[in-house]
Amino acid sequence: MEALQTRQLVIDIPGRANGSPLDLTVEAGQTWGVLGPNGAGKTTLLHTLAGLRPPRQGEVRLGERSLSALRRRIVAQRLGLVFQDRQDGFPATVLETALIGRHPWLSPWQMEGGDDLALAEQALEALDVAHLSDRLVNTLSGGERQRVAIATILTQNPDIWLLDEPTNHLDLHHQVAVLRLLEDQAKSGKVVFMCLHDLNLAARWCDHLLLLFPNGEACWGPAEQMLMPSVLERLYNQKLITVEADGAPVFVPVRS
Amino acid sequence: MPASEAFRPLVLLALLGLATMVLSVSVGSAGLSLADTLAALTGSGSELNRTLVLELRLPRTLAAFATGGLLAVAGALMQVLLRNPLADPYVLGLSGGAAVGALLSMLAGLAGVIVTASAFGGALLSTLMVFGLAHGTGSWTPSRLLLTGVVVAAGWGAVITLMLAIAPTRDLPGMLYWLMGDVAYAGTPWPAFVLLLLACLLVLPAGRSLNVLARGPLQAAALGVNVRPMEWGIYIGASLLTATAVTTAGSIGFVGLVVPHMLRLLLGNDQRVILPACALGGGALLVLADTLARVVIAPEQLPVGVITALLGVPTFLYLLYRSR
Repeated sequence: MEALQTRQLVIDIPGRANGSPLDLTVEAGQTWGVLGPNGAGKTTLLHTLAGLRPPRQGEVRLGERSLSALRRRIVAQRLGLVFQDRQDGFPATVLETALIGRHPWLSPWQMEGGDDLALAEQALEALDVAHLSDRLVNTLSGGERQRVAIATILTQNPDIWLLDEPTNHLDLHHQVAVLRLLEDQAKSGKVVFMCLHDLNLAARWCDHLLLLFPNGEACWGPAEQMLMPSVLERLYNQKLITVEADGAPVFVPVRS
Repeated sequence: MPASEAFRPLVLLALLGLATMVLSVSVGSAGLSLADTLAALTGSGSELNRTLVLELRLPRTLAAFATGGLLAVAGALMQVLLRNPLADPYVLGLSGGAAVGALLSMLAGLAGVIVTASAFGGALLSTLMVFGLAHGTGSWTPSRLLLTGVVVAAGWGAVITLMLAIAPTRDLPGMLYWLMGDVAYAGTPWPAFVLLLLACLLVLPAGRSLNVLARGPLQAAALGVNVRPMEWGIYIGASLLTATAVTTAGSIGFVGLVVPHMLRLLLGNDQRVILPACALGGGALLVLADTLARVVIAPEQLPVGVITALLGVPTFLYLLYRSR
């Protein structure tokens, strides 16, 4: 069943031609990677898919309904987004930060209860940040903050996970741990749709890929069809050498 | 944290508020003992004491409490809106706008609710001006916002002085009242009280959304908050609270800055606790400040705005210094 669909979607990047409109069909259980050079519109695409900014044309559909026709709270129950950069206003603890993931699930008069607290604590445990739960988020390292942000969406528990560079700031071990967690989520029937900078992580962990070119052109499909060295070289404007390791292609930039 | 534990500080603050009010009505040019004060409050005691407490001091104390509460809640709301602990209705020129609005309608010979409505218009205009200009094409930066607010506030100050200088009537309360704030001229405290109570009741169901909004508008939208209506609600709410405070007691500064800051240090930043706590703490602070204003150079009285400014300016400078 299609969980997330775009129809003739053109994201709104000022001063850019429409390029190729996106007709994506994303089904439950799939893991999508969005690849593209800086400024290709990866973040704008995620924000558009989450309904945070209007598209230039076309629409995003969530299941049977158009995203723009749904109430924000309903959208937030079904779709969550991990931002690339986090805005820090007032200091908040790690536990409080994870706990706001419950917001879409609680009615205005409801206080967070024991169940909500348990969910937040489990999420912090799963991301290996439970020992930091009383620390203020703004005192954490970049990688720890990234894991707290992922714990927040785990607490939110939407069907569709949009993630903007989820492996940013993470050390190798935690990169793999986070990608495993995302893989488990996809296996349990969620959609994982993420922007990635690291081509090799995408080749390794995603079953579908969307390539965004800076001029607005795009192509998408199953990962094995998308991982053509010639296309990737054009995407990044960089010569690549392809080797194979651990059963997956590895792309290495040519030095000169 | 269980709900009962989270709200315990509110009970303490309510008791503190009551204590400051009892202190305020017993202290003054004719000092009363605690027993005399309580007797007068409950309707017994001598005729003179009853008049002194119930008709002279109690309305002023209640007005001070309500005004302080309104200003602190307005300040806390604007701080959430701007995600900046330096926001305050006085510093950002809302109080000045409200004072000009109120003065204009009084000079036109109007009274009562229309004065408050006109003050509300002035506060709202000031809010839109400051945020509109400071926002410009990019996003709010603290320095740009503060500069815009300070300049607009100075402009309102000049307009107030001009209006009072050329006003034909001498019936208007004095110039200091509109520039610095003074509870001595306060009329009935009840409209301010009712509004304060309403604000606290409205804030309870909106509190969690405010907490999420304090994380930034994008994050809030991603978690299901209708950001635009919420932001407009805060703009209008904060303007209305400020306008009512200004028509009650002139432009008193810095309560909206000091009180939320102190309470956040003590209680964390859950708006469902902080906003009612601001109502109580702001009230208690202004009652204390007004008591001080009455006794420091007795029998002369200071405008209470002088006291709050003396407390607020160092706090503001400290916050600005630390935010670098």
